[in-house]
Amino acid sequence: MPDLITLTIDGVEVKAAPGTTILRAALERGIYIPHLCDHPDLEPVGVCRLCLVEIEGRRPTVSCKTPVEEGMVVHTSTPDLERTRRVNLELLVASHDYNCQFCARNTRCKLQEVTRYVGLQQEDMDRLRKPPLDQPLDDSNPFFVRNMNKCVLCGICVRTCAEIQGDGCIDFAYRGIRTKISVMGDGPIAESTCVSCGECVARCPVGALVPKKAEEPSYEVETVCPFCGCGCGIIVGARGGRIVSSRAVPGHPASGGSLCVKGRFGLGFVNHPDRLKTPLIRRGGKLVEASWEEAVSLVAERLSRYSGAQLAVIASAKCTVEDNYVLQKFARAVLGTNNIDHCARL
Amino acid sequence: MAGLATALGSGAMTNTIAEIAGASCILAVGTSTTAGHPVIGYRVKEAVRKGARLIVVNPKEVDLCRHADLHLPLLPGSDLALLMGMARVILEEGLQDQEYIDRRCENFEAFKKSLKAFSPEFVARTTGLPWEKIAQAARIYATSKPATILYCMGITQHSHGTDNVLAISNLALLTGNLGRVSGGVNPLRGQNNVQGACDMGLLPNVFTGYQRVEDPAVREKFQRAWGYPLKGTPGLTHTEIFDAAHGGKIKAIYLVGENPLLTEANAGHVREALERLEFFVVQDIFLNETAALADVVLPAASFAEKEGTFVNTERRVQRVRQVIEPVGESRPDWWITCALAREMGGRGFDFQSPEEIFREITALTPSFAGLSYRRLERGGIQWPCPTADHPGTPILHREKFATPSGKGKLVPLSYRPPAETPDGRYPLVLTTERSIFHYHSTMTRHSPGLDDLRGEEELCLSPEDARRLGIVDGDLVEVVSRRGRVEVKARVTRACRPGVVSMSFHFAECPTNTLTSPARDPVAKIPETKVCAVRVSKISR
Repeated sequence: MPDLITLTIDGVEVKAAPGTTILRAALERGIYIPHLCDHPDLEPVGVCRLCLVEIEGRRPTVSCKTPVEEGMVVHTSTPDLERTRRVNLELLVASHDYNCQFCARNTRCKLQEVTRYVGLQQEDMDRLRKPPLDQPLDDSNPFFVRNMNKCVLCGICVRTCAEIQGDGCIDFAYRGIRTKISVMGDGPIAESTCVSCGECVARCPVGALVPKKAEEPSYEVETVCPFCGCGCGIIVGARGGRIVSSRAVPGHPASGGSLCVKGRFGLGFVNHPDRLKTPLIRRGGKLVEASWEEAVSLVAERLSRYSGAQLAVIASAKCTVEDNYVLQKFARAVLGTNNIDHCARL
Repeated sequence: MAGLATALGSGAMTNTIAEIAGASCILAVGTSTTAGHPVIGYRVKEAVRKGARLIVVNPKEVDLCRHADLHLPLLPGSDLALLMGMARVILEEGLQDQEYIDRRCENFEAFKKSLKAFSPEFVARTTGLPWEKIAQAARIYATSKPATILYCMGITQHSHGTDNVLAISNLALLTGNLGRVSGGVNPLRGQNNVQGACDMGLLPNVFTGYQRVEDPAVREKFQRAWGYPLKGTPGLTHTEIFDAAHGGKIKAIYLVGENPLLTEANAGHVREALERLEFFVVQDIFLNETAALADVVLPAASFAEKEGTFVNTERRVQRVRQVIEPVGESRPDWWITCALAREMGGRGFDFQSPEEIFREITALTPSFAGLSYRRLERGGIQWPCPTADHPGTPILHREKFATPSGKGKLVPLSYRPPAETPDGRYPLVLTTERSIFHYHSTMTRHSPGLDDLRGEEELCLSPEDARRLGIVDGDLVEVVSRRGRVEVKARVTRACRPGVVSMSFHFAECPTNTLTSPARDPVAKIPETKVCAVRVSKISR
């Protein structure tokens, strides 16, 4: 463990590991510095200019790109800083479509958080000429919507795609006031190389990238993704007996807080109307609904007619360890057969 | 599984997923990692961003190749020749870790002799690749340490899959990459709990924790614990079960959570086998194509409706937790099986909860002995975990191998061609693959949205083959093998090399596995779904 560095932020003594940025050191110590483009999973870029601080003996600087140094004295709120930050925020908000109560990010929006801290008022905004907010919605993807009228150009999605997913499907396009986030050729995202992992949607600080048909869960449970062998940790949200959301377990040892399209958006099968809801028994050539008592006694009676050599059990690599243990115990002990295998070879 | 068990004594991923990001070289053989295991794909791409060299061995130019230093588009089924060729280069150029071989391996001389057959000319002809490219891959793999090998069904789904796996472990042993951080031999297991199903003895020859049914001491232990006499001869494997049903020897099957009509090779044969059964019971969450043939269908609860554990591909035992109540009258699989067992007079099936079952498992399974639900509360633990204070085992074979001698076995190998090779009537090779947007068939086809991203099957073929056959992108074509025929849309892509075409197998509308070959590996009994001779022609409407 390397020695910790000691610095002072707003008169509070703060200790942090070498290499930590001032912003992260402050946030970990419970001192808020407004920020939009910084994300703990990503390399800092310092583009939103909201996390400005004063370090004694230096010019104002962005705290998200400045590593802590021994003995540093940092101020996060001075009249100069407040003024500069306010102007920077006004310009961001001016080009943002703020119909907050209808936004899927409402109350979890980083722009709301910063605006609340800075104390921006309606009249501050009225003196600015607003650019037209007329970019068409991109709802081509089945799982999320891109609304560039809400984008603050923090670049978190661009860095997520490059640094977390590793594909780089999106980037900044055009110049100046026309700058926007775009896929290659500026077409709909569904026609790009995007694989719908949703990592950018999970990290977007505003309402520019939000899940489609997002329903707020009434509670969440941590479990494991049911698809491939990665074993990603997922936090599944439910409401009224239905699954409505899925997100990654942060810092999970196998998945590191990431998911793919299936784990994040593919749990719709659980509440699909075609789920089997009662036992079925074939009568007159057709499968008809039956009670558990009927089905269990019929299966038991029929299986009892055969010797172990005439029976086989095929198990599932989808079921739990416990399900599978009971099944092989049943095959070997009760049915008297080692004819048991599963789909590992497929 | 069988291959790694022979050479190393344990058939599982030797290292953890997170370590992949720290490798200096990644050799990805027969895995389209970014599609089949997307989140492991993130770690591969992370390693490449940090400077790792990535070598992709795959007949098709899969997505992963975009990040690779070197792509070796070998002819399907020639993996063993390529891997032995690499071993030959390593020894000829003295790139092996001789100190490691002397200290930790056995059978080196015999192995060395078996390389004689793999002359540059033979390897180049067999793989369809220039020898120099194979030599280059060998040099990169042997000189960038630590180097990890990832492999998947592209290696195992062959009539000589076990030998392919041995060829992989040979390479890792020669270069001293086993038992070290970010090295290893890493089979990427397909299903969420395929590792756990193997660990639980859902195999014809072993009880839990790979304790062999032939071993009298093991049998005695289970007989005493369960209070039943137990058979000491291994049973039939998956594909043998269908053969025996087809031949009338197996009369009844209890099938849980699987859809072999779509996923098993030569699916037409499977359908016939199931239709000949006297009694067929299926337990599933959907009435899929296979369940529709059953005499009784039992509705199971999904993963979100029950408690339990899954074991992921890196041997991590993790807690699965109930989110919602079971849908309708569906019940957890363990509950259903216990009800059947009790109805048949079975003793020892009075479990009240999955945790109670887990306690019985840990009492009978040395590699799980130290685990408990309490210990698995956060993040899970990797087996082997023999005692309650053992932290689990992220990296296997650190000090010694799990073989009887404790040494890693270098295995001499000889090349066998795929069971089915192209000929005049069936001139193309079909190989199967997965789409990132689907898993096997049932669950993802019932998840709204995934079908919008990829809703139908396609046959990928090279521009050269397309031109020759008069096919353009989007044409409807028929694909015919010795066993079946399907109609599918053609996709012309440079990702395919001439002579090789590919399809996935997720779509009931176009059951790819009615085409594939049932030829099997003699040890692991895996069908050769990765190589099947077909002909393709345009359907004129």
